[in-house]
Amino acid sequence: MSTEILMPALSPTMEEGKLSKWLVKEGDTVKSGDILAEIETDKATMEFEAVDEGRIGRILVPEGTEGVKVNSPIATLLADGESADAAPGKKAEAAKPAAPVAPQEPPGEDHKAVADKGLETLAPKKIDVGADPQIPEGTEFVNQTVREALRDAMAEEMRRDELVFLMGEEVAQYQGAYKVSQGLLEEFGDRRVIDTPITEHGFTGLGIGAAFDGLKPIVEFMTWNFAMQAMDQIINSAAKTRYMSGGQMSCPIVFRGPNGAAARVAAQHSQDYSAWYASVPGVKVIAPYFAADAKGLLKAAIRDPNPVIFLENEIVYGRSFPVPKLDDFVLPIGKARVVRPGKDATIVAYSITVGQALEAAEKLAEEGIDAEIIDLRSLRPLDMDTVLESVKKTNRIVTVEQAWPVCSIGSEISARVALEAFDWLDAPPTKVSGKDVPMPYAANLEKLALPTVDDIIAAVKAVSYRE
Amino acid sequence: MPDAPKSNSESLKKLYHDMLLIRRFEERAGQLYGMGLIGGFCHLYIGQEAVVVGLMAAATSEDQQITAYRDHGHMLAQGVDPKAVMAELTGRSTGLSRGKGGSMHMFSSEKKFYGGHGIVGAQVPIGTGLAFANKYRGSKAVTLTYFGDGAANQGQVYESFNMAELWKLPVVYVIENNQYAMGTSVARSSAVADFSRRGLSFNIPGLQVDGMDVEAVQKAGAEAMEHCRSGKGPIILEMQTYRYRGHSMSDPAKYRTREEVSEMREKRDPIEHFGKKLIERGVVSEQDLKAIDTEVKAQIVAAAEFASESPEPGLEELYTDIYA
Repeated sequence: MSTEILMPALSPTMEEGKLSKWLVKEGDTVKSGDILAEIETDKATMEFEAVDEGRIGRILVPEGTEGVKVNSPIATLLADGESADAAPGKKAEAAKPAAPVAPQEPPGEDHKAVADKGLETLAPKKIDVGADPQIPEGTEFVNQTVREALRDAMAEEMRRDELVFLMGEEVAQYQGAYKVSQGLLEEFGDRRVIDTPITEHGFTGLGIGAAFDGLKPIVEFMTWNFAMQAMDQIINSAAKTRYMSGGQMSCPIVFRGPNGAAARVAAQHSQDYSAWYASVPGVKVIAPYFAADAKGLLKAAIRDPNPVIFLENEIVYGRSFPVPKLDDFVLPIGKARVVRPGKDATIVAYSITVGQALEAAEKLAEEGIDAEIIDLRSLRPLDMDTVLESVKKTNRIVTVEQAWPVCSIGSEISARVALEAFDWLDAPPTKVSGKDVPMPYAANLEKLALPTVDDIIAAVKAVSYRE
Repeated sequence: MPDAPKSNSESLKKLYHDMLLIRRFEERAGQLYGMGLIGGFCHLYIGQEAVVVGLMAAATSEDQQITAYRDHGHMLAQGVDPKAVMAELTGRSTGLSRGKGGSMHMFSSEKKFYGGHGIVGAQVPIGTGLAFANKYRGSKAVTLTYFGDGAANQGQVYESFNMAELWKLPVVYVIENNQYAMGTSVARSSAVADFSRRGLSFNIPGLQVDGMDVEAVQKAGAEAMEHCRSGKGPIILEMQTYRYRGHSMSDPAKYRTREEVSEMREKRDPIEHFGKKLIERGVVSEQDLKAIDTEVKAQIVAAAEFASESPEPGLEELYTDIYA
């Protein structure tokens, strides 16, 4: 039985084309790979090859014909010994003719029915990330810097799991550009604490490859500013591969380092990337303030089977806070914490701005405003439950961040609060953030570009309609 | 070819079979694309079959592979079921990635195939990382990291070369030089066209190999993997090959003449020439090759049918596989 040769789609968007030239004639023998015709699309003239072998029976569409619809028959192909008069029967084997470009609806679900129900019904149930572990009564707390807490978290996890290793610039012999990895080389040796060349793009990809193979790398960026060199690997390779592989591939990796403004290092070395990473499905994002959170969340990040972005802060490294003396203190990722309960207004902060918020709250208390402070700790998943619960109590919200104001974490929270707790609000959600400028070098301008405790006080007073 | 690896007739037949399987698969994929059953970007491997088939013949089941988006052949050569590959091309639930990756993003952790990467050059540091993991674990596995002449000009490739040699990682960098980076010829894009020398400043040795000769590829591959397994670090194989089709399905390939393509097909086609060679050497008869052809054809027809008839992924798949 002869088969029909169909007008092919030659680009993702083609619906019809011009059959500009036949390169075979009736009676010619063709084999797969032979060029049959030239076809003009809206973009280019393309060659069209035979897939099956046989003899050209009838040419159904003469050359020069315009507007030939995709998937309409343009010729017949005869098998051995067939005559051209044989009635065209079977369509080109192996594939049912499909509607142009958009193939026929394959067997599957009733799309419309699902659309009517609303896509949200398909979304996975929100996972309960759980509460912080109970710290047993009588647990001793030791004062530690954030730097030491991070180091201890890595050391504990490396002792626990042979697959965990640390790599980055100056992490080994130099003991860390900011001394976070102090002592790790001595304890774990150069097989597991690895100095890399200054090639973020390369070693980030290398770490991801090692993670694809089941190792659990901690990749330190000297600062997150340099991770822009590696952005493609973080987003396209680490974040998306589980999805693109239908769940076959896993990327258990932690990227960590200082984020945001340090001091007097100007625009290229002072950027807060929180919102960038928090917008990406496939990664988790953590930005702690307190030493105990830094420790418990870094340990959780290292154990997490997903890529985790761990945003530290250079200025906070040296601050000391009490850390519970426990053998294995691991915190849930995706859980905010109320660090100061209050009833009059909610302040939502993360990383270094938590410290500023606490300072502001003390001063506000003196003026009779009792602010509640939420430390987000994780930015993705974002713990909106805790935020909304607080707003429903205080009816006022101020978000605080060092990042730029446009499309920021504060923007996201404000939008979500407006959507999900509009009726509880007594004032517009208000943002305190860095200014919408590259970070200036001059001391006075730098100060002006960053949010201050006074800015937070002013914002809380504004939403409270005071002064 | 006096120094060809000693192979019995079965393994020679397998080389022929595997190359033909890729060729017929890709031709059928092109047809399904023309019918609108495959969408987006689709990059065919036609003409380059000897590269991946020769290298897989030299590899062990422990060795790993990673490549860019021209990846269908790599999976077939590694023994992945053509049905699962074709069904991924058509975006169906039975595809390797359950329809969520498509032509450019496919993986088979079972067969140690690590993708299927859509960004030019990105697979090179990742492949280097796979080799890092092998060394870290003390495994003898070697990672075959494939990239093209276009990707060979990417910065991250040289960052990878540096670390691979510095840490003596067991990785074979296979540069599939098919002469064109999309529409830009090697002469127009590369200051040094001899890609086997691209590792020289890192002390990485390199070989130029006739990538249209499957036995030459197998032999070079065996040498390269032995180099890695003996702890000497990375090595580069420049495979001189050629793609007959455009860069992707929507590329009319006007940057080269039809004569150039026909000449390559006639004089250097990896399948036809190898078939003739096998007949001349008395390894197979013409009938034997016909029988292989018939078997492969049936397999491809079945794959295409499977890929056209399988259902699309369930809509709940939208939200799965984002996090573990």
